[in-house]
Amino acid sequence: MLIIKNLTKIYEGGVLALDNVNFSVEEGQFLAVIGLSGSGKSTLLRCINRLIDPTQGQVIWNGLDITAASHEELRRIRRRIGMVFQQFNLVYRSTVLTNVLAGRLGYVNPAWSLINRFPKSDLEKARQQLQRVGIADKAYQRADELSGGQQQRVGVARAMMQDPEMVLADEPVASLDPVLAHSIMQYLEQINKEDGVTVLCSLHFLDLVHRYADRVVALNEGRLVFEGLPAEIDDKKFKEIYGKDAERVG
Amino acid sequence: MRQVDTKKKTSIIRSLGLGLAVLVAMVIYGYGFQVTKVNLDETRSPRRQEQLVRILRALAKPDIIEYEREEFEVNAPILVPCPAGELTAPEPDRSGPYMILTPQCAEPQTNIRVEGFNFEPRTGGPIIFIPPSEVKLQMGTIETDESGHFEVTVELPKRPSEEVQYVRVITRRNVGAPHFTQTAKDTWDKIIETVFLALLATTIGTALAVPISFFTARNLMKDVRSPLASISLSILAWPAGIAIGIQVSRLVGGLTAVLSDNLALNIGSLFAGLVVAWLPMRWALPQEEIQRPTISLRLARLAALFVASLAAILSLFLLSKLVIELGNVLAVRFQFVRFLGTFITDLGEILAILITLIAALVGGAALSNSAGRLGQLLNTRLPNLARVSLNLLFTALAGATLMALSGAGIDWLYQIDDLSKTLWWPAGIGAVLAFGAALLIKEADTVPIGLVIYYISRTILNALRAIEPLIMVIVFAVWVGIGPFAGVLALSLHTIAALAKLYSEQVESILPGPLEAVTATGANRLQTIIYAVIPQIVPPYISFTMYRWDINVRMSTIIGFAGGGGIGFLLQQNINLFNYRAASAQMIAIAIVVASMDYLSSVMREKVV
Repeated sequence: MLIIKNLTKIYEGGVLALDNVNFSVEEGQFLAVIGLSGSGKSTLLRCINRLIDPTQGQVIWNGLDITAASHEELRRIRRRIGMVFQQFNLVYRSTVLTNVLAGRLGYVNPAWSLINRFPKSDLEKARQQLQRVGIADKAYQRADELSGGQQQRVGVARAMMQDPEMVLADEPVASLDPVLAHSIMQYLEQINKEDGVTVLCSLHFLDLVHRYADRVVALNEGRLVFEGLPAEIDDKKFKEIYGKDAERVG
Repeated sequence: MRQVDTKKKTSIIRSLGLGLAVLVAMVIYGYGFQVTKVNLDETRSPRRQEQLVRILRALAKPDIIEYEREEFEVNAPILVPCPAGELTAPEPDRSGPYMILTPQCAEPQTNIRVEGFNFEPRTGGPIIFIPPSEVKLQMGTIETDESGHFEVTVELPKRPSEEVQYVRVITRRNVGAPHFTQTAKDTWDKIIETVFLALLATTIGTALAVPISFFTARNLMKDVRSPLASISLSILAWPAGIAIGIQVSRLVGGLTAVLSDNLALNIGSLFAGLVVAWLPMRWALPQEEIQRPTISLRLARLAALFVASLAAILSLFLLSKLVIELGNVLAVRFQFVRFLGTFITDLGEILAILITLIAALVGGAALSNSAGRLGQLLNTRLPNLARVSLNLLFTALAGATLMALSGAGIDWLYQIDDLSKTLWWPAGIGAVLAFGAALLIKEADTVPIGLVIYYISRTILNALRAIEPLIMVIVFAVWVGIGPFAGVLALSLHTIAALAKLYSEQVESILPGPLEAVTATGANRLQTIIYAVIPQIVPPYISFTMYRWDINVRMSTIIGFAGGGGIGFLLQQNINLFNYRAASAQMIAIAIVVASMDYLSSVMREKVV
């Protein structure tokens, strides 16, 4: 159970990115976060694992106040929250395997990971995850040699290495073509349905929302303007979320 | 009409402004000419031009290759004055070089014409009058044309004699294969010295600049924040940890002296030490940890790590002794690799120095890390009043410690020798200032300690970079004597400062995405640097390091002027001796090295990027 309480983020320079956002996510839910570019979706997701520190409000996860966690506690929380990024955020000059293994950094002892030593079980796990996303043969290639879709699969595998209880996906398919987008979304769906991992996923296209999400929250200029089922987004709601002049595509 | 008027006005103003600008420019450049003492008369003076031409020609003929030279004499008989009877001059041998004098006899101090044939083409030498006493009286010089012919008119000296006297021409000619001059050999020796001087300086500088560059990268440091209590405790713990580290390594080092007497005992205890170091470390550092360990387990682990580090220090000391021993044996037994033996001995000694240094640093870091955690714990666990008062106390103590340490530094430099001025007053002031700061900062707030470290290290680096290696080398030459080693140390220091800046700017320009992604996995700061930062900065680091090597080669030419060894020393000597041909050889050597380094670095960059 993830509870977002009165979450507000004001960036330096006074930009109000999140304005008193309240909602909660049941365990095992696939929640889509929608809204225009700049509406605060990325900020919201990053406030949950505190890549960005919120100005006010609380994020409570399974009874644990993430916003009040100390540095050391935060590391222990973060390692149970996987994250997938729009720009994949791989280390391009490292191998695919190293990128995937990086997902274990929160678990392995820092002293050993400094000399690039991971336990055998982690290596095995990394292979399995690569197998699962269908790029086991690319393990020793450099990440920048892969195509965009393959890179995002590495991103998903890295998140799954963390044995996450929750995955934050920040527009995971916005840089991919529709076919690849569906294949990545299917991996996320699989993680959600088979492993019971809670998924928070910001999305641009409503057909993806309808196809994959259990519930939807919508942001507009940092305010929560909609919370409900995907089917409830009719034309009127759509105009509220995206503005009067918006037209539906896709 | 009005419009036209204003236009006219503006154009007048504009041309006035332009005229003024030209005037100002004239004044500026005129003054520039005066202060830089531009002197066109000198450039036109024939004497100066002659000297210039001489230098340029010398520079164009680097002193690299020479031939063995052979002196070659050709004699022609002459009678001075002419005898009474008929004169029959012997026919010259026309198979080799020969001379014909006209006339073949003459009064002293009259002119004769000397014509030479079959000489080496384009050669020269003196033309000499040889009286019976065999004294050489030079009458002039000759210069042959391309067919080996010359013709001069010389005045005979005032040496009348009954006997036959001779006119002799001495030419020199090259024989045998060309070979390198002494200058070329010296230049080769010194350019090798220079390349290795630069290599060592670059290696030492790079090794230290890499870790420093992370502390001077804003994007890594700006998020490092810590509560005041843990900062104060860390500050207090650093000196204590360093002292403990030094003390421990001294104690263990004393133990080593006993164990290293006997070679077998030395090797045996080295292995035992390694095992004792390895096993507890494996136990205390499990590869992965899912559950949070209990307090007692953590304490046991700390103890095990302490034992392991003692054993590690012991083994390292033993290893250094062993290496020194090995080096000595090599140097004595195998004369032809003597330098390798000496090098290995030096490595052992460097290791021994490093152990103490590392033990001090590790001691300081470990203690301050634990103290910092303790501070964080206090901040969250203690009741309000105790927390606030402890916070104030620790901060005041930390302030006092910092100021007392700076006081000790100042005392050492300026020899004030007054405890009240260098210890009690600064400590008191520091305590009061820190107390005030602690009162102002709410204990819940974190202090951006990362930025503080960032600014301090940047300032130190800027100051270091501002000092030219030319000046540093003077200080180091006093310490280690004139020679290339002083140059290595001076260039190393400057390399650290220069490279750390370049490196940290590279760190600041990496892609933030991977950093964010690795942080999100729960990696700590060090892991983030190793997995997200370092892979991104390898190519620019390599190219900067190569470029720095190139700079160090060029700088070491200047360093030599101030006693830093290398080719600069030779270059300076030759310039001072007006030996421009030798200087030219050295400049060519530098140019070749710099050009080949450029090529090498481009190849390496291509391979790695």
